[in-house]
Amino acid sequence: MTDFDVVVVGAGPAGSVAALELARMGFSVCLLERGPFPGSKNVYGGVVYPRVLDGILPGWWDRAPIQRFVTRRATMIMTPTQAVTVDVRAQSWGSPPYNGITAYRAEFDRWLADEAAAAGATLVASTTATGLLTESGRVVGVRTDRPDGELTCGLVVACDGVNSFLAREAGLYPEFSRRHMTLGVKEVHRLAKEEIDARFNLVGREGCDIEMLGATGQITGGGFLYTNLDTVALGVVLKLDDLAASGRRPEDVLADLSAHPSIAPLVRGAELVEYAAHLIPEGGYDAMPTLGSPGIVVAGDAASLTLAAGVWLEGVNFAMASGQAAANAARLAHRSSDGLAGTHDHYRPLLEGSFVLQDHKRLRRAPDVVFSNFVQHVQPGLVCDVAEDFFTVVNPARKPGLARTVRRAMRRRGVRVRDAVRSALATARLFR
Amino acid sequence: MTDQSRYDRPDFEARMATASFDVAATPHITVDADACQGCTTRACVTVCPAGLFVELSAGGVLFNYEQCFECGSCYLACNEEGAITWRYPEGGKGVVVRRG
Repeated sequence: MTDFDVVVVGAGPAGSVAALELARMGFSVCLLERGPFPGSKNVYGGVVYPRVLDGILPGWWDRAPIQRFVTRRATMIMTPTQAVTVDVRAQSWGSPPYNGITAYRAEFDRWLADEAAAAGATLVASTTATGLLTESGRVVGVRTDRPDGELTCGLVVACDGVNSFLAREAGLYPEFSRRHMTLGVKEVHRLAKEEIDARFNLVGREGCDIEMLGATGQITGGGFLYTNLDTVALGVVLKLDDLAASGRRPEDVLADLSAHPSIAPLVRGAELVEYAAHLIPEGGYDAMPTLGSPGIVVAGDAASLTLAAGVWLEGVNFAMASGQAAANAARLAHRSSDGLAGTHDHYRPLLEGSFVLQDHKRLRRAPDVVFSNFVQHVQPGLVCDVAEDFFTVVNPARKPGLARTVRRAMRRRGVRVRDAVRSALATARLFR
Repeated sequence: MTDQSRYDRPDFEARMATASFDVAATPHITVDADACQGCTTRACVTVCPAGLFVELSAGGVLFNYEQCFECGSCYLACNEEGAITWRYPEGGKGVVVRRG
């Protein structure tokens, strides 16, 4: 007899959705969380895309602790003194079923974990899973740092985050490397709601999310800024090996961004109320671990499921969907002769049939393109120069045509035609 | 970018003072001082967002674990195999993020 049918490690979006769905199926579930409450260790870059929630918690928008509903999504390409922004507003995103929300993870993740507990899962916080219990090559439980803290089960769902010690202990990561990691650092600034509404052109619960390219100097990465009700969050995401080689401190990179003429007025006079940092697994499809083995499956950041593909920067939705797939796989396995220990056999096919692995597979070259030298360090200057020249009024001199403007900007930036064409083709192939 | 636009940047101590920590009695980071002696990159000193690693003039690094964001950057960025041993702090301890 085991202590639980399933032990889910980590009450983030992956773990809580897995626990919620498993409890609904009638399994006995223990949901472990190492923080004092769910969400207390979690940091993200701004938007939860909630379509996955529709099927799991219908009408979620009436119950979830939401800060704002995103009605403005902007992508800003910048140099230290220039910026070109594509700014998309859609009022339809401001009404149900909503396209994206901002939230504090301490509130959102706690809410999701409470939903799992309400469905019957046993939520145990302040408990770190320190290792796996195995029996003839099969995972049969976890060790925790509580006295007498061994928990036996038919299945472990490892949702223990980007550093996943459990997935690594299970031998599921052939290569766990900094090459696939980016470091996110984030400042949360308090500002009166009316002031945020005025600065970002928002009304009521409308929210704004801005993503930035060319914002991190010589370090490969990006920037982000998004609105909560009465705070604004500003951060940078930096490729870890690049940051290490640069010798620059992460908060200095963020300081440069917050002093940018397009950003500084948005956070001017605001009071810093929280600084935080987190790693992000941005290696994509080719950096993923084996997703399970007998007695264990891996979901969310622990499985490197974060998608970082240019305009698509998503993670919480991939985490929730993988948690849901883990539960569905457990149900299939339970009905078969293998029992819960065979969940991994059903898990990957389910993910392959969903957007989780389909998007990742389709965008598997995204990290190569998005983190390429051209996209990171050449294109921003080129785009900004072309835009600046095109919008500069030179009369009485004659107006140059666009082709000439582009040629001139390329010459000034030392860009070779074939590099530009190659990058444009790679980008077009990626998003086709 | 002018210096004038950097009007209200908090200094590093003020920045770290905005984060909450319930410090565990035992460290969750250990450093092998011998392995650090030969290190020339000092990647941990550069990347740790909490600035927990300080380079010593005599060689090696000085570190503390108390104000750790628990991101894992230090051990991943480290060049010297096994110089930094990092695990999660004991349950309920460590950083508490409220607006993450």
